[in-house]
Amino acid sequence: MFNSRSPSRQWTVRRRAKADPVTSVTDVVETNALEKDRVTPVVRRGKVDRVYRAVATLSGSIVFVVMALIGGFLLYRGIDALRLSGWGFITESQWAPDMGGAFGIAAVLPYTVSIALVALFLAVPISVATALFITEYAPRRLRRFLTATIDLLAAVPSLIYGLWGLFYLQPRLITLSKWLADNLGFIPFFKVNEDFGTSLGVFPSSTFVAGVIVSLMVIPICTSVMREVFGQAPPGEREGAMALGGTRWGVVRDVVLPFGRGGIIGGSMLGLGRALGETIAVTLIISPSFDAKWSIVEQGSNSIAALIALKFSESTETGISALMAAGLALFVITLIVNTAASSVVNRSRSGSATEI
Amino acid sequence: MTDLQITTPVPTVGSSTAVVDDETRGAAGLTAKNVACWFGTKKVLEGVGLDMAPGQVTALIGPSGCGKSTFLRTLNRMHELVPGATLAGEILINGVDIYRGAIPVTDVRRRIGMVFQKPNPFPAMTVAENVVSGLKLSGLKVTKSEREDLIESCLTKAGLWNEVKNRLGDPGRALSGGQQQRLCIARSLAVSPQVLLMDEPCSALDPTSTRRIEQTISEISESVTIVIVTHNMQQAQRVSDRCAFFLAAENEPGRIIEEGPTKDIFTNPRDSRTEDYVNGRFG
Repeated sequence: MFNSRSPSRQWTVRRRAKADPVTSVTDVVETNALEKDRVTPVVRRGKVDRVYRAVATLSGSIVFVVMALIGGFLLYRGIDALRLSGWGFITESQWAPDMGGAFGIAAVLPYTVSIALVALFLAVPISVATALFITEYAPRRLRRFLTATIDLLAAVPSLIYGLWGLFYLQPRLITLSKWLADNLGFIPFFKVNEDFGTSLGVFPSSTFVAGVIVSLMVIPICTSVMREVFGQAPPGEREGAMALGGTRWGVVRDVVLPFGRGGIIGGSMLGLGRALGETIAVTLIISPSFDAKWSIVEQGSNSIAALIALKFSESTETGISALMAAGLALFVITLIVNTAASSVVNRSRSGSATEI
Repeated sequence: MTDLQITTPVPTVGSSTAVVDDETRGAAGLTAKNVACWFGTKKVLEGVGLDMAPGQVTALIGPSGCGKSTFLRTLNRMHELVPGATLAGEILINGVDIYRGAIPVTDVRRRIGMVFQKPNPFPAMTVAENVVSGLKLSGLKVTKSEREDLIESCLTKAGLWNEVKNRLGDPGRALSGGQQQRLCIARSLAVSPQVLLMDEPCSALDPTSTRRIEQTISEISESVTIVIVTHNMQQAQRVSDRCAFFLAAENEPGRIIEEGPTKDIFTNPRDSRTEDYVNGRFG
């Protein structure tokens, strides 16, 4: 398929500089090919290839189009509110756009992030351990069963998690909240307002409870990614470690975990993305608060997604625009987290086997 | 096992009855008795009996698919890691069965080391860390100075010290293929094995690296029993004291056809199939 413009001078080595005194074999094949004679390889694609290429390119670009449309839409609808609030959108913690009051994400955003962080703090260790159990320790039949169950967990609608969390988990969980407040109250995260004392009544609907429920939704996602990566740890290195008298734990520590580091980070980030955007379960659990606070166990929390879900039906035009702006903030943050995640996963050496 | 120096007492070479004071140190004798292997329901090896004397190099030769690598992997219980792999018979190290619980499996593998066909240094570790990785893996503790001595002595034994003494902090993967394989040998030696199994250790290497590894084999064979699988007849002749010729007839499990001193196997084989194989007429 190579098309030379000067057929008589094909495949020549580029000429040595004239000053070069060495007479080597390449000089014997004397040619006068010049830079302008260099060949541009021409690729002629068949019809099927061209069609396939067009279809694939189109499908690939749809992703970008949708992404741009969503971002553009949010910006377009939210710009009025952003103009109205200015920088206050970032510094203001109240949310009263409908009454012409101030509004901003200074309280909602920290709550969103702390729910996600609580979720991740619980989900990551559990996911790593689960993934290791599946790939390293579980007997083969159990392995298949566990994998299927975890994938199934990922498919449970978040509304179900929310309902179960609200009616079953929360009443049990607040006992733990109380214990944390009573015993670890000196840490700001677990401190509650003394005025109320530490009766069980101050603990429901907190960041902590919401975070625990969200962690249950994040665990299947994280576990799936990590299991996939751990399972690809090179058998050559595994055997090498075993043949040195390595214990199971030794093999995990020295071969599987270093190999799977990218997967652990990537899986966690994907989970973080999911946790940041979780809506319905959080909406069910929390009682909205617009005063940012350190305590995660005390009643009252919030999240951007829950805010939008709660306020949407009762908002005026300005209120809707403000919600769109909040949605844009969430969209951008999720985008950043997921981009960071994929770049970390791509940079890990997952998939490169023991080659020489 | 606190003393991890490789300077173990050398048993009387050539005498198959050599007994070491400490059963877990120094070159050990390995005996296979009537070993048979299966992968699932497929029998791949049958009736294999072989004596691998302390401090000797035994070469396992034979065409591909005759079960010699499988046999090698039964010798340190790597065989059972393959799903569905089973075996019958006995493998004894200094007379003690390795399969029936007398020795913990991690101890079996530490005492009977293995070097693989493809060099497999741990990529997350430096050259130095790779050498002592076996200690960490099997939960052995050494002091810092012991560790440094061990790194130097093992790399020296593997013939790699001079090439890497200034690159100890480089990742193990930064070395060339031949150097990586010698690093793997050094790594195996660091846990003071009594037997070293080598599964075609040179098949992925260039001739120079191959020579270098053969040299290493002859240097370390005094203090560790070596069993090597090789497809290279010249290599078997150069490095081994004894040879076992494996062969599998079509749709039949592999067996040992002939076993004896390397010289006899190559110059005066008893079986005509051995003669055909070592002279390159098949396989």
